[in-house]
Amino acid sequence: MKISFRLNGKRTSVDVAPDTPLLWVVRDTLGMTGTKFGCGKALCGACTVHLNGMAVRSCQTQIGSVAGQKVTTIEGLGGNHKVQRAWMALDVPQCGYCQSGQQMQAAALLANNRNPNDQDIDAWMSGNLCRCGTYPRIRAAIKAAAKMS
Amino acid sequence: MGKMENVLKNENRRDFLKASGAGVGGLALGFSLQLGPKIAQAATSHSPNAWIKIGTDNSVTIMVARSEMGQDVYTSMPMLVAEELNVDLNKVNVEFAPPAEVYINALLGGQLTGGSTSVRDAWEKLRKAGASARMMLIAAAADEWGVDAGKCSAENGVVKGPGGKKAKYGDLAEKASSMEVPKEVPLKPKSEWKFIGNVKQARLDTKAKVLGTAGFGIDTRVPGMLYAAVWMPPQTMGAKVTSYDDSRAKNVPGVKAVVQYSRGVAVVADSYWTAKKAKDMLNVKYDAGPNGSKDMGMIWEELELGAVEPGVTFRESGNADEGMAKASKTVEAEYRLPFKSHSPLEPQNTMADVRSDKAIIITPTQFQQIVPHVVSGAIGLKPEQIEVHTTFLGGGFGRRVETDYCIDAAEISKAVGAPVQMIWSREDDMMHDSYSPGGIYKLNAGLDSSGKMAAMTYKATSPSISAVLFPSLVKDGIDPFAVEGIDNFPYATPDMKFTYQLTDVGVRPGYWRAVSHNNNVPALESFVDECALAAGQDPIDYRMSQFDMDESGAKKHKWSGLSSGIAEGKRMKKVLEEVRKKSNWGKKMPAGKGQGVAIMEGYNTVIAAVAEVSVDSSNVVTLEKITSVVDAGQLVHPDQALAQMTSCFVYGMCAGMYSEITIRDGATEQDNFDTYRLARMNEVPKVMDIHFMPSDGSFVGGLSEPGTAVIVPAIANAVFAATGKRVREFPLTPERITAA
Repeated sequence: MKISFRLNGKRTSVDVAPDTPLLWVVRDTLGMTGTKFGCGKALCGACTVHLNGMAVRSCQTQIGSVAGQKVTTIEGLGGNHKVQRAWMALDVPQCGYCQSGQQMQAAALLANNRNPNDQDIDAWMSGNLCRCGTYPRIRAAIKAAAKMS
Repeated sequence: MGKMENVLKNENRRDFLKASGAGVGGLALGFSLQLGPKIAQAATSHSPNAWIKIGTDNSVTIMVARSEMGQDVYTSMPMLVAEELNVDLNKVNVEFAPPAEVYINALLGGQLTGGSTSVRDAWEKLRKAGASARMMLIAAAADEWGVDAGKCSAENGVVKGPGGKKAKYGDLAEKASSMEVPKEVPLKPKSEWKFIGNVKQARLDTKAKVLGTAGFGIDTRVPGMLYAAVWMPPQTMGAKVTSYDDSRAKNVPGVKAVVQYSRGVAVVADSYWTAKKAKDMLNVKYDAGPNGSKDMGMIWEELELGAVEPGVTFRESGNADEGMAKASKTVEAEYRLPFKSHSPLEPQNTMADVRSDKAIIITPTQFQQIVPHVVSGAIGLKPEQIEVHTTFLGGGFGRRVETDYCIDAAEISKAVGAPVQMIWSREDDMMHDSYSPGGIYKLNAGLDSSGKMAAMTYKATSPSISAVLFPSLVKDGIDPFAVEGIDNFPYATPDMKFTYQLTDVGVRPGYWRAVSHNNNVPALESFVDECALAAGQDPIDYRMSQFDMDESGAKKHKWSGLSSGIAEGKRMKKVLEEVRKKSNWGKKMPAGKGQGVAIMEGYNTVIAAVAEVSVDSSNVVTLEKITSVVDAGQLVHPDQALAQMTSCFVYGMCAGMYSEITIRDGATEQDNFDTYRLARMNEVPKVMDIHFMPSDGSFVGGLSEPGTAVIVPAIANAVFAATGKRVREFPLTPERITAA
């Protein structure tokens, strides 16, 4: 079934079963591998993308439900987003596998809350697992990004 | 890579090689090692190595022969080369090295990443590689200019000579290849280091990881590649598929094949989701094997039976029985450590392209060297016909020392005759992990009239990881990877007897970050606190007065090969004293809060941690603060040394507070992150105050593991301080604290 949506600002059409998770459409059908598979059950956040600006777990988002909507993946964050600049400045990633999802989650936080405190960060980021334990740097990077223009 | 292997086999030029076939025109330099008699001997029987490639285009490529799984080898190892090569580190290319004997990690005896050995093994080797290359480039320039090499110098990729002469490395590369390899390679003194110890050095892989472009195993794409999802019997040891019905699965559009392989049944399709969906439609019958009825009650019973066996002595001095008999007071305790899953966030996966005469394996592995050898038997090719490429690893933690998933992918590719990427679901990954083995640890101490631990017995009972994975490591019934952190017992106890009872329980064991330190250190350091309590002494004072200060080497311990091997009393005293100050030890804490301390040596690093916890009325523990002091010798990349310590503490707190694998009907009960709990953002301490001891630059200690083990008893001791409850079974769940 042909499904059209906007991906990172570009009109995109795919022909896949409508129950296919958005995660596998971007990774396998469209070959954009920045979005990661971690748990398949919205328990880890590695696959986080933006759907109309909201952070969602792409492993639980059926492609049929995004028809006509706007999806942004890590590739669409642009490379110069303040979250990405802060992540680079603080050398946040270790293995790096969860960091696409962490940054997408953080970018959505800052879009809603320009100056999050520790409690805001805890509440917003606790769905994203990092097995390397980069949490302290993620926290610091979010605060650093909040101060950037 | 085929050409590279030819170059590496050039026996005639052991100390040096010209690698025009290694990807760039120009020069590649390799060096045999002179790190001691044993290793020098190995070097004469093996081919040399290429660590550096200098292109005629002036590109500099540094080969990284260890797997990057977060611990920073992608930067720290090139830092060592660049320090002596005199190039701009931020402009070098980094490549993961192919398997080759010359890349063997001398501390582990294989091209293998683990044991917090990467930088320790590379410390002299890579600096020598960089320095030798620089000297040969200088020699080439001097020869070209007809001047004395002593009058030339090299800086930032350029050789400079008298009269303003200059030549870029790239222009000298070819000529340098005919220069003699220097016999003496002096290394820069610490005062001249530019990269080593530079607190501002950034990671070279950060940008790719921030942009999402770093290639993990799961991101591998090759033309014509298909995707495989697999069905495996739930028991990790001894189960087998007996039959399966794939009639529904085969009819899913996009499914190319359903094939049986050694361990299970694979559905191969044009996308992973299609394969996964079809896999869920398989109807598989299986024989659960000899462990099919195993549950935790049986497993603990088997361990209890092991624990009453005499065991094999791995460390002994004086006479423990006599020592115990004359004690003023005795202390006795038994600790239980759980089974734990590695759960790297990238599930196991491998791309295998098996043809009739060759195979390509692209995989996130910690042990690339062994992959061709283990895969060859499964697919009927010779090891030299199998090419292995290492990707970035989305976490390793020891899981990817194993190659089971490489073999599976290769078998599946062979069966379908196409390149196949096999991806495990999270459930596959968690249920088919090799688990940090649980165990029973029984300790008895005899305190003398001053309260000192004058006599001690220690009995470790656990499955042996090495007995399953590398049986030749087990000698006289001792698995060295079962007695870490206790074989190097740091206290001056005159009468002691430490024994180990290898007890298989039918649960697949695996090397897990810090391996048996995770069991022995929590047991020992909890127990020392119990002894301190019995002696009526402060836990830090108690330890300070009892460290073994005999550093003569006379008591060099036998089994813990990755530890320093000698008593480290002097270092431990300094570290513990420092953590006492930094943590404001003994400060008044409100009710329900407490501080706990622990110390260990492992991987030649001495580390002490003070945990501060609060325990609420439901016995839920919050880890509020960690203060740690670390003597890891010279830090090569200080900012990432700090990152590793943070990482260890978070990994360790999961083990100490949350994570536990349990078995029912022979299968792992936990299958995803809802049942296997890991620490999240809101749970990690808001303050981690980590300090490194100054170093004279004479050695480097391992950083990626010790903190994992030491934080667990620090938390347990803090919980005791907060509640008066001594919990001897881990993790420290509210239920266990309530029951204590």
